[in-house]
Amino acid sequence: MNTILRWKIILTVAVVLLGFYLALPSLPGVKGTALEKILPHDAINLGLDLKGGIFLTLEVNMDKAVDTKLRRLAQELKDYAEERGVGFLNPKVLDDGTIEVNLHDTAHQDTLDNVISDNFSIMTPSVESLPNGGLRYVLTVSPDYIERFKTETMRQTVEIVRNRIDRRGVVEPDIREQEGNRIQIQLPGMEDAEQAIKVITQMGQLEFKIEASGVSVEQARQNPLEYEVAFVQDDPGAPIVLRKNPVLTGEYIADAAPQFDRNNRPYVMLELDSRGATIFEQVTAANVNKRLAIILDGRVYSAPVINERIGGGRASITGNFTVQKAKDLVTVLKDALPAPVEKAAESTIGPSLGQESIDKGINAAIIGLTLVVVFMVIYYGVAGLFANIVLVLNIILILAGLGAFGATLTLPGIAGIILTMGMAVDANVIIFERIREELRRGLTPKAAVQEGYGRATLTIMDANVTTVIAAMILYQFGTGPVRGFAVTLTLGIITSMFTAIFVSRVLFELYTQNKDSQAKISI
Amino acid sequence: MGLQIIKPDTRLDFIGYRRWAFAFSALLILVGLASLFVKGGPRYGIDFAGGIIIQAKVQADHDLNIREVQDAVKSVKLPGLVVQEILDEKNEYLIRTSASDVDTEVVKEELVNAISTAFNGAGVDVRRTEMVGPKVSDDLRSKALEAMFYAVLLIAIYISGRFEQRWMAAAVMAAGLFAGITALQFLGMSMSVLIIGALAITLGLCWYLKLNYALGAVAALVHDVMITVGVFSLLDKEFDLTIIAALLTIIGYSLNDTIIVFDRIRENVKGRSGDKLKSIINLSVNQTLSRTILTSGTTLLVVFALFAFGGSAIHDFALAMLVGIGIGTYSSIFVASPILLGFGPSVPTDGEAPSKAVKA
Repeated sequence: MNTILRWKIILTVAVVLLGFYLALPSLPGVKGTALEKILPHDAINLGLDLKGGIFLTLEVNMDKAVDTKLRRLAQELKDYAEERGVGFLNPKVLDDGTIEVNLHDTAHQDTLDNVISDNFSIMTPSVESLPNGGLRYVLTVSPDYIERFKTETMRQTVEIVRNRIDRRGVVEPDIREQEGNRIQIQLPGMEDAEQAIKVITQMGQLEFKIEASGVSVEQARQNPLEYEVAFVQDDPGAPIVLRKNPVLTGEYIADAAPQFDRNNRPYVMLELDSRGATIFEQVTAANVNKRLAIILDGRVYSAPVINERIGGGRASITGNFTVQKAKDLVTVLKDALPAPVEKAAESTIGPSLGQESIDKGINAAIIGLTLVVVFMVIYYGVAGLFANIVLVLNIILILAGLGAFGATLTLPGIAGIILTMGMAVDANVIIFERIREELRRGLTPKAAVQEGYGRATLTIMDANVTTVIAAMILYQFGTGPVRGFAVTLTLGIITSMFTAIFVSRVLFELYTQNKDSQAKISI
Repeated sequence: MGLQIIKPDTRLDFIGYRRWAFAFSALLILVGLASLFVKGGPRYGIDFAGGIIIQAKVQADHDLNIREVQDAVKSVKLPGLVVQEILDEKNEYLIRTSASDVDTEVVKEELVNAISTAFNGAGVDVRRTEMVGPKVSDDLRSKALEAMFYAVLLIAIYISGRFEQRWMAAAVMAAGLFAGITALQFLGMSMSVLIIGALAITLGLCWYLKLNYALGAVAALVHDVMITVGVFSLLDKEFDLTIIAALLTIIGYSLNDTIIVFDRIRENVKGRSGDKLKSIINLSVNQTLSRTILTSGTTLLVVFALFAFGGSAIHDFALAMLVGIGIGTYSSIFVASPILLGFGPSVPTDGEAPSKAVKA
């Protein structure tokens, strides 16, 4: 035996052992035995389509989030200006995302300009004269600022979704940000899908809006940019007209807790952070005797009248709460989502279905494998046997690879493994046919084997590259299960190159080792 | 030596059959296109069309008729409500609606109630629900088209570079394609127009740059995909993400065969530069015939196992692979190689002096 062949054998044996070592934890029947203790803990992850669970895609309504942010900025601008004696600005957020304010008294122009440049440097104003002698400011918020706001909003939303899921104690949830303001959530094996989805998507977006006194419902409806008409929940009375811009939102909440009033009715106490407290004090001072609507997820919970300036940053949400409802409300408020989210796609797979898919997949794989194995032996004899040995090795290596790389096996992934079984023998068929050709040309078995492997290798590489290209594109563009297919296919092609070109050649070289030029080989 | 399906001295005149083959291919493609046209385009699955699917098993003590189930859910007013039986599963159904703006839970409850009421309170086990909103389905559709587009592009570049050792020409083609697609995008064309545009540009550039191997390979893969899509349309099968995965795999796999044939042609062109191209191609196809049939055969064996025993979830995927691999094998013999001949490759063509060919 020559040295090169010896090294090849050593390498082959090493790879085979490593493959077995990595693949064993994933094989059925190993779990729970003594064997499991000495093995690596890299059993293959099963995808949700095999394990059962919830697959959820949420989409953050970023337009709405940006709009809310702009409205709050507009309101803050108004508050700052009023503090310095500039009134009646009527800030509005226009459809193109700019903020419009009207200054009636031009004497205040310098003051307003200073407020903008000192406190709102993120806005660029353009000023034009109005026919009535006033000035119209159109303020453009810097795109950088909006971009930062969007990124931050996404980050916060993902974080809060994660908290909500963690509180439910889901094992191994997978939460990730996706392009298009989406969040992809995978919850393996959750039984109560309905409840889970509800808790995750509940917004908990809190807004405070001030009543627009002296504006009729008709006037409000005619001017939807500035006003909105709302009903207080559980109160069939007259609608109230609110100024569209919220004076405060949930982002300033420091704490929330359920409390009881003198009549032992539950309500929710909110504590605002210092910035929120300042705003709240200003707002209450400026709007005494008006109603303050407390809005959660678009529903007006209560709208108490402001009796006096409220300092200290404490506010209470009252309504016809039960104790449980108040508690739920607190939970939601404490981790309110910074922007509205919508369910963009959802899929739930029952565990029984997943198991059935696995069983059928394995069944199909065994039948397919048997067909190929039988065919190869009948058609190629001993050579076919070699092809079969490396085919089985190939499957073990795929399982090992999936386990070692922490890849996820999905139903299409099983299809990928089965497909790879067909494609893996391709390489050997190409080689064997070439060897047969060389034998017909009169070469000795040894030489024919050399020639066959040598010439076929490049062809096999070429042929497989295109499949790998297709698989990589699939990985790039596909989602969940399809990615699983791309991974197993790529892995399968790489391992089959090694087994069909390298390992089967080692077997062949051992086989033809002592054959003289006259001997026949079984191929 | 073991068995032999194809005798080593087989000398079939494949090139001679090319007109028949082209007519046959044209017929298949036209029937497929006609079917697509009559049915108003491909039938999209929930991935691409959006909507809700509920897979439910009815725990009835007798075998239900799908008609009964359809009648049972009729009372639930949902747009495009369809009930489908699941192959080889007793009393298990796929219920689909095109509505995606309603709450999945509500839909599920209403359907379960309707079925339960209709069958004397029979239990209903909801095994799977799936909802795809309109934005996600739009995205998946354009992503799928994009994937097909990039597959064609990369493979065309790879083949022209690898096979003809003309990476410069391949680079020119990539640049040309990129420019063309950017122009189309600038004009606000839809993704499907872009795909057709990309294919036209690819084929045009291959032809102009005399990248004949790439031309033959790309034409063959377009052929395979079109026929598979046509067969799916004829059989009223739905297109979803896994079918796109199958189509991409078919592209990769069908080239596998084509490349083996082309490789042999290249080898024979070097060795027998005096021969006419037509006979070189014929010889090469014959020499590789047994491999082509065997490699496809083993793959078809396992795909067939997947098709027959893999379960309903993977059934259509396996069907697409069966059709695609079958057609792919045919096209690498009867379509790709004759095209190589038809467009005057960079080897001695009939009647040309070999010396001239070396430069080409």
